[in-house]
Amino acid sequence: MNPNQHPYPVKAEARKLNFFYGLVQALKAIDMPLYERQVTALIGPSGCGKSTFLRCFNRMHDLYPGNRYEGEIVFHPDNTNLLSTEVDPIEVRMRIGMVFQKPNPFPKSIFENVAYGLRVRGERNRRVLDDKVEQSLKDAALWNEVKDRLKDMAFNLSGGQQQRLCIARALATDPELLLFDEPTSALDPIATASIEELMHDLKKRVTILIVTHNMQQAARISDHTAYMYLGDLIEFGKTDEIFIKPRDKRTEDYITGRLS
Amino acid sequence: MTENSVTDNSWGGPAGRVSPRLAKNALRNWRERLIEGLLFCMAAVSVLTTLGIVYVLVKESIIFFQHVRIVDFLTDTRWTPLFDDAHYGILVLISGTLVSSAVALAVAIPVGTIIAIYLSEFATARVREVAKPILEVLGGIPTIVFGYFALMVVTPLLQRVLPELPGFSLLSAGLVMGVMIVPYVSSLSEDAMRAVPMSLREGAYAMGSTRLQVALKVVVPAATSGLAASYILGISRAVGETMIVAVAAGMQPNLTFNPMEPAATITSFIVQVALGDLPHGSIGYLTIFAAGLTLLLITLTLNVIGLWMRKKYREHY
Ligand SMILES: Nc1ncnc2c1ncn2[C@@H]1O[C@H](COP(=O)(O)OP(=O)(O)OP(=O)(O)O)[C@@H](O)[C@H]1O
Ligand SMILES: [Mg+2]
Repeated sequence: MNPNQHPYPVKAEARKLNFFYGLVQALKAIDMPLYERQVTALIGPSGCGKSTFLRCFNRMHDLYPGNRYEGEIVFHPDNTNLLSTEVDPIEVRMRIGMVFQKPNPFPKSIFENVAYGLRVRGERNRRVLDDKVEQSLKDAALWNEVKDRLKDMAFNLSGGQQQRLCIARALATDPELLLFDEPTSALDPIATASIEELMHDLKKRVTILIVTHNMQQAARISDHTAYMYLGDLIEFGKTDEIFIKPRDKRTEDYITGRLS
Repeated sequence: MTENSVTDNSWGGPAGRVSPRLAKNALRNWRERLIEGLLFCMAAVSVLTTLGIVYVLVKESIIFFQHVRIVDFLTDTRWTPLFDDAHYGILVLISGTLVSSAVALAVAIPVGTIIAIYLSEFATARVREVAKPILEVLGGIPTIVFGYFALMVVTPLLQRVLPELPGFSLLSAGLVMGVMIVPYVSSLSEDAMRAVPMSLREGAYAMGSTRLQVALKVVVPAATSGLAASYILGISRAVGETMIVAVAAGMQPNLTFNPMEPAATITSFIVQVALGDLPHGSIGYLTIFAAGLTLLLITLTLNVIGLWMRKKYREHY
C-alpha cells in the first residue's frame, strides 16, 4: 500500500474520504491512490459505493442537493484537494473526463458531439476543431466507421459506436484522468472487446479509473484493483496480487464466487 | 420429438369438460363489454361533434360559394360583406389575424421559453412550487378580462410611448394575447425539458459545462419536438383567440400588416356577424361559415405541421 513502492507517480489520492447522501453514509474513510497512466479498477457487489466513489472525482455529486463530502481527494500535479469549497467543480470537470454506463450522446451530430467540450471551452477555430475531432475519433477507434457521416445525428450509431463516441467526446479535451462507470455493461462482447483494447492504448497518456462488474475485465485491463464492500475499501493492490492471492477473506470470496 | 413421446404424455390425452376454475366468466365478460361500449360512445361523441361542425361549415360554405367566386374570395383586397357594394376578400381578415398572432407570438414564444428554461433548469423546488400555480392562474383568466385590460390599461400606456397609436390596435390586442398565451407555452415547454433524462445533463456537466450551457446546448435541443408542439399550440391559440381582438383591436376590416392600426380578424368578424341582426340565410350571414372554414383550415394545417415536426424531431433518448 505504500505508494513509494510503485514506479508510477500518484495522479490523485483519496484521503479519509467520507461521503454522505443526506444522512446516509455511502463511503467510509477511503484512502486510495490512483497511479498516473495506470488503469485502476473498482470492483465490489452492487450498492457498495463504486459509482459514488468514482463520481467524487469530478464532483458529480454537487449537482444534487443534500450531498456532502468529508476528507480529501488530492489531485496532482496541483497538489490540491478537489473537494475543497474553493475549487470550482467546472474547472475540475474540464480536466477529469467521464464515460457513463449507458451511452449518452448529445442530440447533435457526430461532429458536434466530439467538438462539444472544445466549444464549451470557447474554441471557435474551425481548423483546430476539425483536427481535434478527427484525432479524438481516431483515438476512440471510431474514425473509419464515421468519417463519411460526421454530420449524421449521433443517435443513428449503434450502442457500441455511441459509447466510443462518448469516449471520443471525453478525449477531445485532453483530460488528465478518465472515469469510466461500467462502460461496457450495455454492450455486446465484440463492442466490449474493442473498448477494452482502446483503454489499453489510452493509458499511455491518461490515468483511468474504471468501475466494472466483470471480474475477467478487471483482470484483463487493470493494473491496480480496489475491492469495496458496503462503503469500505477492503483491499487495494496490484491486480495480479488481488486476483491471485488476495489478503482479505472477503475479497477472495467475492472474486472466487464470480470467477468459478 | 418422436410420435411416441406425444402419446406417452399423460397430460396430452383428450380433454374432458372444461373445469369450472377455467371456464369463461360470463359476468366479467359482460361487464367488460359494457365498459368498452361506454368508452366507445364517449369517444364517438367527440368525433361526431367535430364531424358535425365540419359538415355544417362545408355545407353552408358551398351555398356561399355559389354566390361568391372562390377566386374573388381569395384575391379581393376588400372585405365589405355588409355594404351594398359587397366585397368578400378574406385576405383582409387573414391579415388582421396574422398580424395580431405575430405580435402575440413575438411575446409568448420567447417569454414562455425563457420561463420554461428557468423553471426546469435553474429554479429551486421552492421557487417552482410558487411559480407554477401563479402561471396556471394566469392561464385561467377569462379572455374577455384580458380584452378589457388591453383596451383600458395597455392601450393608454402604449399611447404614452407611441402618441399616434389609435384607441383600437392590433399591437395592443396582440401584446395582451401574448401574455395570455405565455402559460400555455411555458407549461408545455417545461414538461418537454423536464422529460429530458438526467443522464444527458450529467454527460454535459461532466464535460465542464455551466448550467446555462447545459440548458441551451443540450436540454433545449433534446426537447425540440416538445418545444415545437408547445409553439404550435401557442400559434393555434393566437389564431383562434376571439374576445381580446374583438374588444381591443377594433372590428373594422383593414388589409394591413401594420400592428399600429385597428383591424378585424377572422374570429372577431364572426363574433360581429353572429351578434348582429343579419337575417339567417342571407349572403352576409353565410360569410361567417366561409370565414369559419378558413379558420378551420388554418388550424388544421398548423396541427399537421405540428405532427410532422413531432415525427421529425422525435426524442431519441
Ligand atoms: N442519490 C442517492 N441517494 C441516496 N442514496 C444513494 C443515492 N445513490 C446511491 N445511494 C446509495 O449509496 C450506496 C452506494 O451506491 P452506488 O451507486 O455507489 O453503488 P455501486 O457500487 O455503484 O452499485 P452498482 O454496482 O449497482 O452500480 C447504495 O447503498 C445506494 O443505495
Ligand atoms: Mg454503480
